[in-house]
Amino acid sequence: MKTKVLAIDDSRTIRNLLAATLEEAGFEYHCAVDGRDGVDMYDDVAPDVVITDINMPNLDGFGVIEELRGEGINSKVPILVLTTESAPEMKARARDAGATGWITKPFDDQSLIFALKRVTGAVA
Amino acid sequence: MSGSIQDTFFEECEELLEAMDEGLTAVEGGDHDPEVVNAIFRAVHSIKGGAGAFGLDELVAFAHRFETVFDEVRNNKVELDTKLIQLLLRCSDHLSDLVAVARDGGTTDEEHHDALIAGLEEYMDDEEEDLTFEPMGLGGPSVPLPLAAEEEKTYEIRFRPLKEMFGTGNEPFFLFQALSELGPLKVVLDESELPGFDAMAMDDSYLAWNLTLTSTEPKSSIEAVFEFVEGLCELSIASDKDAEEEEAALAALNAAFGVSGDDSVTDPPAPFDAPAPAVTAPEASPQPVEKASSAKAESTKSEQRGPKPTLRVDLERVDRLINAVGELIINHSMLAQQIANLDVADLRDVETELEGFKNLARDIQEGVMSIRAQPVKPLFQRMARIVREASSATNKVAKLVTEGENTEVDKTVIERLSDPLTHILRNAVDHGIEKPDDREAIGKSRTGEIRLSASHRSGSVCIEIKDDGAGVNRPRVKQIAIEKGLIPENAELSDSEIDNLLFLPGFSTAKEVSNLSGRGVGMDVVKNAVTALGGRINISSNPGKGSTFTIILPLTLAVMDGMVVSVADQTMVVPITSIVETMRGSDDMINSLGADGTLLSIRGNFVPICDVASALGLRNPNSDQPPGVYLLVETETGQKSALAVDDIHDQRQVVIKSLDGVCGNIPGVAAATILGDGKIAMILDPENILAASTSSATFDTERRMSNAIAS
Amino acid sequence: MQSQAEVKFGDQEVKHAQQSEFVSFTVAGQAFCLKITQIREIRRWSPVTILPHAPMDVLGVMNLRGAVIPIYDLAARFGLQQTEASERNVVIVVAVHGKPVGLLAESVSEIISINREEIQDTPPVDSRHTMEYIQGIISHDDTMVRIINLDAVISAPEQGLS
Repeated sequence: MKTKVLAIDDSRTIRNLLAATLEEAGFEYHCAVDGRDGVDMYDDVAPDVVITDINMPNLDGFGVIEELRGEGINSKVPILVLTTESAPEMKARARDAGATGWITKPFDDQSLIFALKRVTGAVA
Repeated sequence: MSGSIQDTFFEECEELLEAMDEGLTAVEGGDHDPEVVNAIFRAVHSIKGGAGAFGLDELVAFAHRFETVFDEVRNNKVELDTKLIQLLLRCSDHLSDLVAVARDGGTTDEEHHDALIAGLEEYMDDEEEDLTFEPMGLGGPSVPLPLAAEEEKTYEIRFRPLKEMFGTGNEPFFLFQALSELGPLKVVLDESELPGFDAMAMDDSYLAWNLTLTSTEPKSSIEAVFEFVEGLCELSIASDKDAEEEEAALAALNAAFGVSGDDSVTDPPAPFDAPAPAVTAPEASPQPVEKASSAKAESTKSEQRGPKPTLRVDLERVDRLINAVGELIINHSMLAQQIANLDVADLRDVETELEGFKNLARDIQEGVMSIRAQPVKPLFQRMARIVREASSATNKVAKLVTEGENTEVDKTVIERLSDPLTHILRNAVDHGIEKPDDREAIGKSRTGEIRLSASHRSGSVCIEIKDDGAGVNRPRVKQIAIEKGLIPENAELSDSEIDNLLFLPGFSTAKEVSNLSGRGVGMDVVKNAVTALGGRINISSNPGKGSTFTIILPLTLAVMDGMVVSVADQTMVVPITSIVETMRGSDDMINSLGADGTLLSIRGNFVPICDVASALGLRNPNSDQPPGVYLLVETETGQKSALAVDDIHDQRQVVIKSLDGVCGNIPGVAAATILGDGKIAMILDPENILAASTSSATFDTERRMSNAIAS
Repeated sequence: MQSQAEVKFGDQEVKHAQQSEFVSFTVAGQAFCLKITQIREIRRWSPVTILPHAPMDVLGVMNLRGAVIPIYDLAARFGLQQTEASERNVVIVVAVHGKPVGLLAESVSEIISINREEIQDTPPVDSRHTMEYIQGIISHDDTMVRIINLDAVISAPEQGLS
């Protein structure tokens, strides 16, 4: 079984980059175009891990984390925050909301996979 | 559709820049709604994010500052005053330049770039200036960090999660799995703290692990594994080689910083005290280029959901469809013609069906054409920038007001309108709008206004550029035209004729070469561009009040309504839009004027006759065969002429076939079409025929124009 | 059936590997040829639409399945006696820079197969046109056939009229 990733980002470029990297690394890739879309898709996709951007229209990344963590049964799914903000307070805020980890944009293949490995145990 | 991820990025940039522009325009107009500011922030942010992925450092650095200032605005730390808005507008222009440079190569004005950055930094909170973004771009003096020896070390790791960790979705097991990739790992569970079952709280954490890892990796790699749980666990990592390693590292650091060894042993330099995060980030920088190329292989298949229910279609496919529909219509007329030629008594049923066929074909055609139609909004948005730049280059104050932005026009028309509009707007600022003080002196507001509007008008598109400036300085324009020999000294011209002198080739009223004018392009270039689109341009001016340029364009470049005529045994088509009236002439209506001029008298008015056949070089100008039919046409200046043709057949919609690439530019011919019998017919350009004609009797504006070209 | 045909086709391929096929035709009484791969189709002449102000060697344009293509008089192009276009003449449709162009010739003669070695260089003659337009010559059935350098005869279509 492939590890299922749900990526939530409003940037087509980032989605395509994620898709290229993840599919090549053998992940099953799904994407949503904004926070609301991501939360809506969550149940259909039932991902093993969520990667979400922070700055998005219609529900930002913090909102996504809060909603997903609020859904009881899903509360354990790892959520990685994808963000250009390397500022510590941004990470702290994400973690307070319940984020599992973070990936700093621009990301490279290795650090992306490394991050996924640490939260899903997936072997790429 | 081909498209590497980088292409996607630049495509997306266009959309983002557009959204940013739109937002800024709203902000400029006084709309400081947080959501508008947010949208701009997101647009800039996404550009930065994408640019970072492709290692476009300059773009990232600029977008970062831009974004930071917006963040301040968002958090109400900085007020959006006029000065800041102007700066942000200039920055948005610069950002699109940077995107263009990243895409197409080239350079930007460094001085301008630095000035904008300095301007932005004024608004930036010093603390917030996030320098973590810079190192990849700076590439400054690198500190030779000690290379980890490829020596195997044994690490003793104690890991005790706090209960907070479990709320974040981090699983110890996965962390261990990641650790085990660094080398052989021994995991021992320490359950000594586990209380009795009764005392156990469900959400608390009681377990701890003692791990032994043998690896050649440095300690930082192990810390990196625990990056996400830092602060959510008790963690200690000890290595058997710790002591030596630290010493070596410090020695190297001290050497690099020129600090004497002993003092700092207990107090290492702060930047390097930071834990793991530093490990992943720097790795990212040397890679982006490779990544972009390897990613290229992946196509857009990964795009599973789009933001809007739209379809991205290759333009070529649409054009093929348009061509096919054009053929269908031609085919219909061929069929109709052949059926009409049949010797059948009762054709009524067939004709009814044929009519239905025709209507369907038209419907399909309209539908297909509408695919190519796009709102003029993005074009208009770009024009706001032109006005801004022109204003600052001429020290004037002008704003652009747009109307009818949602008017849809053929994509090609929009693309080709960009240059003429740019030119007209620059002209309006440069020559039309007065200096702020001058405006004030005559009771106008200091800010000049240029109104750019688009609307549909009976089957065509009307673009209007109206300024509230000084209007055309007619005496001056006339004087220049005389000085340049464009008109004779004693020429009597109407106001409208004088205004239209601006369109003569090489005409320029600038007394001095300003930053904007004097580039060797005049309004004649604008006129040619509009004419090439099958459109017309006209100027009307009100001294002291301003000028209005009106551009009338066909809705589509693919079909038009034409009058089918015969000229020297050839079938030709004249665009209906240029014909005022058609009439059969009799000998007594023709009056000679001079040696070769002829005038047609229509209800007491005399109009110069232009024999199309001779103008096209298909017949000797002096042949005495009198053409029987006249098409009364009116030029933009309001000058009427009668085009003499041999006969008129009918009026019909024709599919325009460009002659580009088939043959060079033919004077008097705009394009070609295929008629019902499969023959090709030339589509004439009446204005051009008149300009090229040598048989016009009066010395009209067009005639002068041809003289100007010839001289 | 099908397999037989394929085999036969295969044989031909092998045989023609060292050979090129040319279509020979007459222009103002002289024999010319073009490589068969350069020719898209050959049509009987039918009256074309005249292009105003066109030079002598541009006869006009015709409709080729919905595309407007220019027709050149090869004879006039070569500086020979202009062809009196009639129904007996043919239009050879070739592609130049990806665009179809029609060439008026008196008549098409035959398809000739020749070895590459049989192509001779054009001997220097005192005519710029000849040197530019003729790529080489071949001797076929005791007559001289001139190989046309298509790119030189029809430069970029845009410049066709200038």
